[in-house]
Amino acid sequence: MKEKNIKGVTLCVLFVFLLVMGFCLRPAGEPVNTEMDDYFITYGQVQTGSNNIVTSVVFDYRGMDTLGEASVLFAAASGVFLVFRGERNE
Amino acid sequence: MNNEYRASVVVRTVAYILAAPLIVFGLYVILHGHLTPGGGFAGGAIMATFIALFLVSFGRKGAGSLHRNLFSVLESLGLTVFVVLAFLGISNTFFYNFMVNSGHLFGRVISFGVNPGYLDTGGVIPLMNIAVGLEVFSAISLIVLEMFTYSREDKND
Amino acid sequence: MISIQFLAAIILISLGLSVAVFKKNLIKIVMAVHVIGSGVNLFLVSLGYRAGGIAPIFTDASKLQMVLPTTQALTLTSIVIDFAVVALMLSFVISIYGHYGTLDTQKRRLKE
Repeated sequence: MKEKNIKGVTLCVLFVFLLVMGFCLRPAGEPVNTEMDDYFITYGQVQTGSNNIVTSVVFDYRGMDTLGEASVLFAAASGVFLVFRGERNE
Repeated sequence: MNNEYRASVVVRTVAYILAAPLIVFGLYVILHGHLTPGGGFAGGAIMATFIALFLVSFGRKGAGSLHRNLFSVLESLGLTVFVVLAFLGISNTFFYNFMVNSGHLFGRVISFGVNPGYLDTGGVIPLMNIAVGLEVFSAISLIVLEMFTYSREDKND
Repeated sequence: MISIQFLAAIILISLGLSVAVFKKNLIKIVMAVHVIGSGVNLFLVSLGYRAGGIAPIFTDASKLQMVLPTTQALTLTSIVIDFAVVALMLSFVISIYGHYGTLDTQKRRLKE
């Protein structure tokens, strides 16, 4: 009982220490490499015709990621059907 | 037991009152996805809240006209329309926006700067928003419906 | 020292991780996985913040200095995938409760 507690506490403390050290590297509010996002803000409204730049990134510049995400949602819905299929034949 | 469950009169009346504003607000967020924050995914989730509200307040027998075949057909239709719209501009690349800046349907030319938002811009983006909104609404409704039908009672009675 | 957005993400992830390690009820473990996913989404959105910028929308905008739009697009995908994972985990928990009759991870007996 005590041994499991020591291992669990050590894992959590180590993980939180790594997170804090990783998040301290750069303060929020000053991103460094912004060439791609500056191109999206400057030319996104003229090339895609939509006022919302986040929508034009999701559906036009990076449409393949949205296709993968729609497939994941479809697979999850059919997976829920698959789990309850054995209990339907009662 | 879970087939004859009904909530009280207050919950049922509020569900009747809130049904129409939920659907209208969800359709507004989907259709104006290229002008205001939101889009297909958020609007589809708002419209699926309507199905969950009716299931919680009326039980499985009260909301009896919700069959899973209707939602299956709608979900497949949404994903098929999305993939077909991606393939229609294959003469340049996959996912090419072939309707923008052309002057026909959804093809108004706008210039850089602040403008009050015109609905007939955007090319193929509003049609993709509608397809993804339909698919997300049907998928979430199917998940909630299936879990509600097959959850069991307490076995330690 | 650390900004307030990163501190909130650290608190969410550490709380979710400690509940997932120490608790025995299955529903609490599923809720802790969902809280870890929400903390990671908060971290993703706050990476693209530019001080003094507004949302990247041109409809009636007040100024032209905007935050980065790419990280918000990736967070949309991450939210949907987290929802799909939690839905499948919950359906497995329902099936386990129907077979074994208990939700405790430390008492598992086959039903005769």
